[in-house]
Amino acid sequence: MTDIQNQTNKAGWPTNGANKILAKRHRTERNFRRLGLTAILIAMALLATLLVSIVGKGYSAFIQTTITLDINFEQEILDPKDTRSPETLKAASYGSVIRNALRTEFPEVKSRIELRRLFGLISKGAVQELRNAVLANPKLIGTTRAFELTASDDVDMFIKGYISRDVVEQDRRIKNNEIVWIDRLQNQNAIQTRFNTRFFTGGDSREPEVAGILGAMVGSLYTLFITFIISFPIGVMSAIYLEEFAPKNKLTDVIEVNINNLAAVPSIVFGLLGVALFLNVAHLPRSAPLVGGLTLALMTLPTIIIAARASIRAVPGSIRNAALGLGASKQQAVFHHVLPLSLPGILTGTIIGLSQALGETAPLLMIGMVAFIVDIPGGVTDPATVLPVQIFLWADSPERAFVEKTSGAIMVLLSFLVFMNAAAVLLRKKFEQRW
Amino acid sequence: MSFLPLIISLLAMCAAGYWYGSKKALSSHSFAGQQNAGRPHLYGLYVVIWGVIPPAILLILWGVFSYSSIDVSGGIAGKIDKVVFPSLITVAAILGLTLAVRQISPNLRARKTVEAAVYCVLILASTLSVFTTIGIVLSLLIETIQFFEKVPYQEFFFSLNWSPQMALREDQVGSSGAFGAIPLFTGTLLITLIAMIVAVPLGLMSGIYMTEYASKNFRATVKPILEILAGIPTVVYGFFAALTVGVFFRDVGTFIGLDVVSESALAAGVVMGMMIIPFISSLSDDIIMAVPQSLRDASYGLGATKSETVINVIIPAALPGIVGAILLAVSRAIGETMIVVMAAGFAANLTANPLESVTTVTVQIVGLLVGDQEFDSAKTLAAFALALTLFAITLCLNVIALLVVRKYREKYD
Amino acid sequence: MEPIISAKNVSVYYGKKQALKGVNLDIPENQITALIGPSGCGKSTFLRCLNRMNDTIEGCRVEGDIIVDGKDIYDPQIDEVYLRARVGMVFQKPNPFPKSIYDNVAYAPRIHGLARNKDELDNMVLASLEKAGLLAEVQDRLHEIGTSLSGGQQQRLCIARALAAQPDIILMDEPCSALDPIATAKVEELIEELRASYTIIIVTHSMQQAARISQQTAFFHLGEIVEVGKTEQVFTSPQDSRTQGYITGRFG
Repeated sequence: MTDIQNQTNKAGWPTNGANKILAKRHRTERNFRRLGLTAILIAMALLATLLVSIVGKGYSAFIQTTITLDINFEQEILDPKDTRSPETLKAASYGSVIRNALRTEFPEVKSRIELRRLFGLISKGAVQELRNAVLANPKLIGTTRAFELTASDDVDMFIKGYISRDVVEQDRRIKNNEIVWIDRLQNQNAIQTRFNTRFFTGGDSREPEVAGILGAMVGSLYTLFITFIISFPIGVMSAIYLEEFAPKNKLTDVIEVNINNLAAVPSIVFGLLGVALFLNVAHLPRSAPLVGGLTLALMTLPTIIIAARASIRAVPGSIRNAALGLGASKQQAVFHHVLPLSLPGILTGTIIGLSQALGETAPLLMIGMVAFIVDIPGGVTDPATVLPVQIFLWADSPERAFVEKTSGAIMVLLSFLVFMNAAAVLLRKKFEQRW
Repeated sequence: MSFLPLIISLLAMCAAGYWYGSKKALSSHSFAGQQNAGRPHLYGLYVVIWGVIPPAILLILWGVFSYSSIDVSGGIAGKIDKVVFPSLITVAAILGLTLAVRQISPNLRARKTVEAAVYCVLILASTLSVFTTIGIVLSLLIETIQFFEKVPYQEFFFSLNWSPQMALREDQVGSSGAFGAIPLFTGTLLITLIAMIVAVPLGLMSGIYMTEYASKNFRATVKPILEILAGIPTVVYGFFAALTVGVFFRDVGTFIGLDVVSESALAAGVVMGMMIIPFISSLSDDIIMAVPQSLRDASYGLGATKSETVINVIIPAALPGIVGAILLAVSRAIGETMIVVMAAGFAANLTANPLESVTTVTVQIVGLLVGDQEFDSAKTLAAFALALTLFAITLCLNVIALLVVRKYREKYD
Repeated sequence: MEPIISAKNVSVYYGKKQALKGVNLDIPENQITALIGPSGCGKSTFLRCLNRMNDTIEGCRVEGDIIVDGKDIYDPQIDEVYLRARVGMVFQKPNPFPKSIYDNVAYAPRIHGLARNKDELDNMVLASLEKAGLLAEVQDRLHEIGTSLSGGQQQRLCIARALAAQPDIILMDEPCSALDPIATAKVEELIEELRASYTIIIVTHSMQQAARISQQTAFFHLGEIVEVGKTEQVFTSPQDSRTQGYITGRFG
């Protein structure tokens, strides 16, 4: 006993660093702190790498290379019978017009192989551009105009610098003679880069230079719409029941545990449920936003229920008591007072749930929303794809130009998500109540 | 299909019923001075309920009928389907509405009926999640049983060879492919393990730093930034893993003389770990926060530094919760699909080498079901068997994790 | 006699809110000083200044000088970790770590590296438990978890744990407020015994407790010390009307 008493630190105060044990302990402390900070910095660096790599690859998707050619809208080719009827104009061979324009521009190119390469400078989608122009203004026929045509993806990649001149010719998508032509066009100021509106107004395409995300965006919109109208009311009603009315019994327990587990079920399993239930049993159309929306609704439901319950629980009991004390029924108290007060929180949770649904891919692959669909879907039962699936499809495509399209689509998707989450945060900030 | 117009006309009828019911209740002289009668709109709702319930019952019957009678003689069934049910439904709605309107009188307790109906709807809504689970289990189970009729379960669970491709001709020997799922399980495990090696230390240390060291301002700025990682869609991670990380590891491998394939398990695992960091950090953040301040005070009061307090007091106290969080993260990694579909391989390699390509359960589910498929072939059924296995494993992990975390929370509440 | 602790013009702010307003107090060695006052008066805040526990609260700022054993403890040269080993603390609610009784007591010697080997550590643990009057009760179950003890035993375990750090001064923040009367009596008895070797400062809600065990009493009110003096004097003939009002139960 006494020797311990003697050990007490009566000796006075050590200055910093004098005591070896203390110094070592402080060193450990500093290292530990640094370790924590490093972990956070690594995580943030990973995030930054991801974003930088996406933006770095994707910003050029919003730019498109065009080639200006003197197009001779020959009557002979486009409308030999001089009818000007839309059918004739639609069916006319605009490809020949473009080829003729290229031949005139480069008269020295003669061999078949070279000609094919030459024609390849212009995108296959350019035909559509000419057709639209002529249909809008049939007076063009018979005239010669300088016309901006979308360049092919290889030219586009070359102009954007993704294809280097220094690579040996056989490994290069753009061959030497093509470089000569492109250089010549550039010297004539016939090559421009423009904002790529088609990326936002077009459907999917096999040709990267004319592929757009409008179809996928519309598909996502329909899908989310279905998800919302199914999962929001049902989620809110479940939450109201579980928080306000449910008796404490086995069934309620089962429902509760079940919701928590459902929230953690892998999304792909919901996809299989969708296949089995909506496609095989209910015979709903494959690849349709209706089925996708229903599947995602089942998946989003737990998220919404959990958020809505938390929000309802946060409304203090005094509000309920006040309503009940005035002679309102329990349901009136809930629907007139508790629900309106908890609505901002519920909406915040719903937006977050929907933003998860917007980014979800795997279950939609299962129900067949991976088809190649050029048309913009016109309704919830039309075959469609959604943004994340479009990203998945493009990521799988071998063409170099799809890399930037994929990244571009990712940037669009991410900005939607940022927008939704910002809305959720604002909503929470605006209506946040401290009881 | 006459479905949509039918619904619209039903809605219109109900709206009319609501309007008329409210009006009748309001205008009726005998209502004056009645205390318990309730407000007019309740009578409107009362009418609507009578306009909705009978057609709804018939609608369900219709659904069952049209599903079950598909194989029966098409002509009559089609006629019943197209004509009889819609007209029956319309009649039922009109009958219900008129009867309800006639019932409106001061003696009618509209509120009680309306509230009972609302209550039923609420219960129905909240049982939907249970039906979802039942639906998942049933749909997976039925197909899985069919699968095990074609392929013995011993082969599925214990055999080492996975090549579900069918032979071209039916009569060919071994036309059923090979369905040994062991390589898929090991592949899943390998990638999950890599993901955890990345995510657990980073997530846990970030969580600790956030709760124990970071200032309020630091937390307020950095936490949302880290949470962005959780909000990025998995398809984006998949693209990142396939195009950036995979290529990076391959190039590094070439540089230091290692043979790394570009679809290596390492790339998929690291990116998956990256996705899981915020999951672990925010969960462990919550859990560490729940350790009572009194324990920290006790430790600081004895002259312990923060790191000593964290290591000796907080982590041991929070251990069950942290284990629960890690289990949840593991379950998430096992069920993750897009990253592995895009960045891991399709070939079933039985290997523990992270530099090689492996495949996972989810990759195979996608591979077996996407594209042209014929139902009832062992190949598509195998996807359901895999999914059931996946579901069972993640369910177990989740249940254990939730129990552990709940126990832990009770301890400190 | 030179006071072992001397607080000069100590003010504490939590953010913008001032919790202590220029407190001066001298604390003599090997005596029990009781800090009393209504809740929210700053007595716990003051106590937590004495071993710089307030450092662990974000947004807390301490002004003025606190001299412990001849050193200003808010001097940047002073190591708060070392300080807290010398100025131990016992809290309101018993807060044993969720570890064994042995590990609870061995915690401080381990982190401070006080024991050279296992035997020394064993001795320290046993000696501390003995001093806290707990050894007889827990001798056979040193490796059971600390939270399995009763409330009073837990609090004495916390005292033993603080003693094992070998402090000169022990701060006690309402150590008996969560205990039943019998356990309280035991802890009070223990505190009186400890006075021989330690300087003890105790915050208490119970005026009877302050009267029973302390030699010096300081009365806090709204962040200031209203009155300080020998315990009998403060309780029998208070100089200030507010002290009078508090000890006669007119407010508090």
